[in-house]
Amino acid sequence: MAALEIDGLDVHYGGVHALRGLALTVGEGEAVALLGNNGAGKTTTLSAVSGLVRPTGGRIVYDGRDITGAKPSAIVRLGLVHVPEGRRVFSTLSVHDNLLLGGYAVRDQAEVRRRIDRVYALLPRLAERREQQGGTLSGGEQQMLAIGRALVTGPRLLLLDEPSMGLAPLVVAAVMDVIREINAEGTAVLLVEQNARAALKIAHRGYVIENGTCVLTGTAADLRDDARVAEAYLGGV
Amino acid sequence: MTQLVWNGLFVGSFYALVALGYSMVYGIMKLLNFAHGDLYMLGAFTGFAVLGAAGGVSVTMALPLLLLVLVLTMGTTGLAGVLLERVAYRRLRGAPRLSLLITAVGASFALEYGMRAAAGADPRVYPVRLGGTSLEVLGARVTLQQLALVGVAVVLMVGLNLLVTRSREGRAMRAVALDPRAAALMGIDVDAVIARTFFLGSALAGAAGVMAGAHYGKIDFMMGFLIGLKAFTAAVIGGIGNIPGTMLGGLLLGLLESFGTFWLGGEWRDVFAFGVLILFLTVRPTGLLGERVTERV
Repeated sequence: MAALEIDGLDVHYGGVHALRGLALTVGEGEAVALLGNNGAGKTTTLSAVSGLVRPTGGRIVYDGRDITGAKPSAIVRLGLVHVPEGRRVFSTLSVHDNLLLGGYAVRDQAEVRRRIDRVYALLPRLAERREQQGGTLSGGEQQMLAIGRALVTGPRLLLLDEPSMGLAPLVVAAVMDVIREINAEGTAVLLVEQNARAALKIAHRGYVIENGTCVLTGTAADLRDDARVAEAYLGGV
Repeated sequence: MTQLVWNGLFVGSFYALVALGYSMVYGIMKLLNFAHGDLYMLGAFTGFAVLGAAGGVSVTMALPLLLLVLVLTMGTTGLAGVLLERVAYRRLRGAPRLSLLITAVGASFALEYGMRAAAGADPRVYPVRLGGTSLEVLGARVTLQQLALVGVAVVLMVGLNLLVTRSREGRAMRAVALDPRAAALMGIDVDAVIARTFFLGSALAGAAGVMAGAHYGKIDFMMGFLIGLKAFTAAVIGGIGNIPGTMLGGLLLGLLESFGTFWLGGEWRDVFAFGVLILFLTVRPTGLLGERVTERV
């Protein structure tokens, strides 16, 4: 059964029709890339799934449950977690406090500690900087912190919005490695990326969206070889 | 000299209590809640009503009774603050700041003239008056009751600071203040956190209202207006949105007024306070302890 099923999703911002009947699925434990140009509706899709934006039509089903229009705080508790564009770490709070906030909705404090320890093991740079303010970290470290914070919530599906944005190529590779590792441990991933090449390396499948609707879908290998994708998103053949 | 310091600290602790609510609400939703001073007024009247219902008060019981009244009043004004947010501010959260500001001024008038309609325009005399025994501390005349009031104020402020810096709820408050959307994505119910912030801030203002009623002996429906502005000034001095800064700002404002009054005369007191406000807004709008961090993208 699919972890996430989106069908006929419509979102309007005032007069702007941002999503037009978008459909996509993410399977249990699967890594799916969502590609498209600026303004195609990638971020809107994630925001609608995580409850930040209220859809005007369509259905979002997660784990067999209809979550269309639910509150973000309720959706997080179901294990569906959105790492927003631009990282948005809590800048004046310490790295450790940022991670503790990931455990806000978790009752069992011992479990929160275990998860934070696991994040520190996965991302040792964060452990070194645990008392430092989030806003003083480098861009790559902030991205790691945003991902680490999301991991503490205990996600089964992670929505990642442009994790490579503004990062140097080496750092992009490191971030992608971390995402691949998280996915290999069983967490499903829906990855929005401008950097289609990097995204298709770690995704199993992908969707290409234009003007708020899905125009192309296939396995990562198919998309990599597709002439249209190559031309539009991979910088020519 | 020590008398001036003591008077300043005493009045300053009232300012600090009221200013904290101002500052917390501003920190969490960037709203200058001009109705905040009126919650202080509401606190004074609630305390008045509860004391009236309790009937005659013997002098020896005055202090313990006052503490009980304080707790009841804090609960009442806290809920009033929650109601105010729910009715007047929540729907406007995405609206331009100016709409919120105008609504806050409207809410302030509604509370003031609502109380006038309910309780009348004449000042009321508080059934408990704290005067009484005084002692000499380093040359300053200090009454036991003043000491008790300052003690209560300190306990409330220390408690609030611990709550905000150490607890899970406090961490959530700081997260919402920094980035409400990111906080929501961590599973934090932003509406609930804002409601709690209003409760805490309003409860502190209510406590200050009761304490002021018991100290000055007289209350009226406009009593919150001036103290609201003073609390705003205190918050700006210390750094609005910053809790320790706001406490410091309250105490400093109290001291400034105390010394300003001594040197220039009582009629200059408010001129002094608001002169300082203008000075800070032009020279150092982040206040003494305003939060600064070097952000990297």
